[in-house]
Amino acid sequence: MEDKITSIQVLGSGCPSCHKLFELTKQAVKELNLEIDVEYIDDIQKIISMGVMQAPVLAVNSKPVLAGSVPDIQKIKSLLKC
Amino acid sequence: MDIFYPVKLFADWLTLSLFAITPKTLLADAVNFFIYDTIKIFILLSVIIFIVSVIRSFLPPEKIRFILSHKNKYTGNIIASLLGIITPFCSCSAIPLFLGFVQAGVPLGVTFSFLVASPMINEVALVLLLGLFGWKIALIYILSGLIIAIFSGIIIGKLKVENLLESFVYQNTINGSVDLPKMSRKERIIYAKKYTLDILKKVWPYVLIGIGVGAFIHGYVPADFLAKYAGSDKWYAVPLAVLIGIPLYSNAAGIIPLVGALTEKGVAMGTTLAFMMSVTALSLPEFMILKKVMKTKLILIFAGIVGAGIMFTGILFNLILK
Repeated sequence: MEDKITSIQVLGSGCPSCHKLFELTKQAVKELNLEIDVEYIDDIQKIISMGVMQAPVLAVNSKPVLAGSVPDIQKIKSLLKC
Repeated sequence: MDIFYPVKLFADWLTLSLFAITPKTLLADAVNFFIYDTIKIFILLSVIIFIVSVIRSFLPPEKIRFILSHKNKYTGNIIASLLGIITPFCSCSAIPLFLGFVQAGVPLGVTFSFLVASPMINEVALVLLLGLFGWKIALIYILSGLIIAIFSGIIIGKLKVENLLESFVYQNTINGSVDLPKMSRKERIIYAKKYTLDILKKVWPYVLIGIGVGAFIHGYVPADFLAKYAGSDKWYAVPLAVLIGIPLYSNAAGIIPLVGALTEKGVAMGTTLAFMMSVTALSLPEFMILKKVMKTKLILIFAGIVGAGIMFTGILFNLILK
């Protein structure tokens, strides 16, 4: 997991918790001083083709690292540090 | 021994000593009922949702899909219904779940068994049934719900309705599954704690209002008041209960305590069961979401089959539980 993070995406169906994850992730990125834009994708087919079936999804380098729940910001930060 | 005996003592003390309400009055009765039920329900909700969440953390939908895509038809329907019990149904995940199942080759009928069981047999409804009606009614509810889910799925599978799905559904197929990072034991506990708190935060006003109105009915409405409108001899009671239940999904947590009180006042048990099943299993918001992936005709078939199953259950238990 030493690869550099090149992209961060939040995928969701537009539901409230999806937006919450998006906001938290943006905040986490800011607090970690990462220079990456967080992308929000609401194409459900994209979620499915990642092999995941829950929304929202947090993906780093197009690989899902978290699905189906909104954790606290500490957890998001730890996922982004990999 | 009743493990809620201390709660009972506490409710008595609060009502009679602290609030100094005259014992054996309607007010004392209603207040006592409200305090006792509220505390009991919140204890049960916290404990049971926590346990279910821990179990769930071992069985995410991605794993369930793997299990289901390797089962033949009938076993698939049974296992899908059982797994539906522990999976929460939320509007965020309904479509990803549906597409994820179907595109991975899980048969449509099996997918529907899951779609019926998942909202119908949910932990909040179970806790309320257990707390307010006792374990026998809770068990009847689970078993009937499972049977309805299994058979609805089998019937939909036999109908060959694949052509009623939106065309893009079968344009993509996926195989294999993703490996989400494994959770440690500590993370499971954190997840379960958070999930339990989230649910409690979401349902507490409804539960309080439901139990509050229920307590009022319990104390002030004469027994058998409703028997002449909704007793077991009224043929229209069950279908009417099912129809009324369809738009009420978001308030399931408040409706069950309310219905519990109505049952005391003469609404037949089968009618009550049918009403609660309709509230949880047939929901307007869910139908709207499903419209993204299937044609209205299929939603009507789906609602029709499940609705018929619920009515049958209601009428059956009105005959048995006299």
